[in-house]
Amino acid sequence: MDIIFKNVTHIYQPRSPFEHIALKDISLFIPSGSFVAVIGHTGSGKSTLISHLNGLSLPTEGEIRIGEFTLTKDKKPENLMELRSRVGVVFQYPEHQLFEESVRKDIAFGPKNFGVSEEEIESRIREVLPAVGLSESLLARSPFDLSGGQMRRVAIAGVLATKPEVIVLDEPTAGLDPRGQKEIMEMFYHLHHSENLTTVLVTHSMEDALKYADYVIILNKGKKYMEGKPEDIFIQKEALHQVGLDVPEIVEFIASFEEKFQTKIPFHNQSISQLAQHIAEQLRGVG
Amino acid sequence: MNNLMIIGQYVPGDSVIHRLDPRTKITVIFFFVVIVFFANNLWSYSTLIIFALLSMFSSKVPIRFILKGLTPVWFLIIFTFLLHLFITKEGTKVVDFWIFEFYSGGILQGIAISIRFFLLILVTSLLTLTTTPIEITDAVEEMLAPLKKVKFPVHELALMMSISLRFIPTLMQETEKISRAQASRGVDYRTGPLKERIKAIVPLLVPLFVSAFKRAEELAMAMEARGYRGGEGRSKLRELRIEKIDIGIYIFFIIVAAIVFATRSYG
Ligand SMILES: Nc1ncnc2c1ncn2[C@@H]1O[C@H](COP(=O)(O)OP(=O)(O)O)[C@@H](O)[C@H]1O
Ligand SMILES: [Mg+2]
Repeated sequence: MDIIFKNVTHIYQPRSPFEHIALKDISLFIPSGSFVAVIGHTGSGKSTLISHLNGLSLPTEGEIRIGEFTLTKDKKPENLMELRSRVGVVFQYPEHQLFEESVRKDIAFGPKNFGVSEEEIESRIREVLPAVGLSESLLARSPFDLSGGQMRRVAIAGVLATKPEVIVLDEPTAGLDPRGQKEIMEMFYHLHHSENLTTVLVTHSMEDALKYADYVIILNKGKKYMEGKPEDIFIQKEALHQVGLDVPEIVEFIASFEEKFQTKIPFHNQSISQLAQHIAEQLRGVG
Repeated sequence: MNNLMIIGQYVPGDSVIHRLDPRTKITVIFFFVVIVFFANNLWSYSTLIIFALLSMFSSKVPIRFILKGLTPVWFLIIFTFLLHLFITKEGTKVVDFWIFEFYSGGILQGIAISIRFFLLILVTSLLTLTTTPIEITDAVEEMLAPLKKVKFPVHELALMMSISLRFIPTLMQETEKISRAQASRGVDYRTGPLKERIKAIVPLLVPLFVSAFKRAEELAMAMEARGYRGGEGRSKLRELRIEKIDIGIYIFFIIVAAIVFATRSYG
């Protein structure tokens, strides 16, 4: 489903002393099937932005289209449930949403609400468990007996089991150990391709954005600050620094390398091994 | 959460009312509430209304916001007015139309009671609008301090109060977050039969309790780790001090009270 924002503004508690403009005149286009990273400082409006994608928030001004669904001020689409079944959201610390007595029931909760049949749910559970790296032996356990990392995976499985077409991830790896972070991100990247998903990832990690996204949107104080391909965005060190963001390590490395050796290494989102090879060739050439 | 929680919610500011010692505010409001019940004619009511409006304006909280916070009680005010209008049968008959019979006494009493209500709620909400919960707690602890002599756990009470107040916004945020997460998983809180809607509360309550207990445990641990052991000999970061302005307010209020007692009708 294509996602289109047209001049969207979102104001919390309008007309009160606590009025807060969280999004200001945002327009964007996220074509179906793309992997988009949304980046910005804390409080820049990332979570507010994505809460519009399944109709949890409505724009105060402007219009949002998600596939055939339209969201405007005061107007939820009538088939809100269908929108929510097709747009899955993994919230920050999704393990906080677990409540059922067993892992199986918790994973089944979403699909059941959306009217999926028992047999279908059972087959989806068998499908998503290996995808998130959990074994079937956990199905009967209480989710509250699991480790933090396992709880996160159960919660993610619960969202995947609704088989969304669009998946929205709000800092899905926050608070995990480095290995867990990598596993979870690789998993979403894999699913993005195997399930033909449209993925919207909110992240603080420039590395992840560079590695997985094919489009980057930078927010600053509720406004769209920059957007474009990662390799075009991440070389703009000055502009990023101005809004308190860093460039990915690899870009930083290339910059210092260029300065030290007075050479040019064009950055085009090459992998570390490609870069190493390139440098090796250059140095050999120089030496 | 967006619009509901603002009744009497603290609005930061630097007005005279904000800067008053919380004990002053609580004392004055307490006696104001008592005196409101002594007012019984145009002059005494006017004095109290002027006092309340003066306080309201000098708090510099936007008027619209204060009035909006009063919306839930407008209903109550209008209801009591109507009640008196229909029930009190004193004075002369003013309206006699079909089944309606209104007496001058009923109208006047209706107006008087509504004004009382309005004054009480306006002034008490000014307290919470201009005083942080922590200030209120400190004031309560100070004011109840004499009860320590009879072994009343004043400090513990104040601590409980401040912890509860501290966690109300946190809990509300958490409720909002979890209900959004469950709504995204297809829970429908707003439509459907009542039974289904009640069932929809479980996915909200369980995570809330889990996180509240976790928080409580963490807080207890953190307090112990920092050597907390109750009120005995504990010094304060924020000392409450009565300033000139507080004395001024007391004097002003005593004058207001004197006018009310001088102008009210006796007999
Ligand atoms: N329910 C709310 N009521 C009022 N203000 C809010 C609410 N939720 C978020 N905000 C404010 O909106 C701004 C953007 O918040 P958010 O979208 O959560 O930012 P991010 O996810 O980028 O950290 C913040 O300044 C935050 O304080
Ligand atoms: Mg956020």
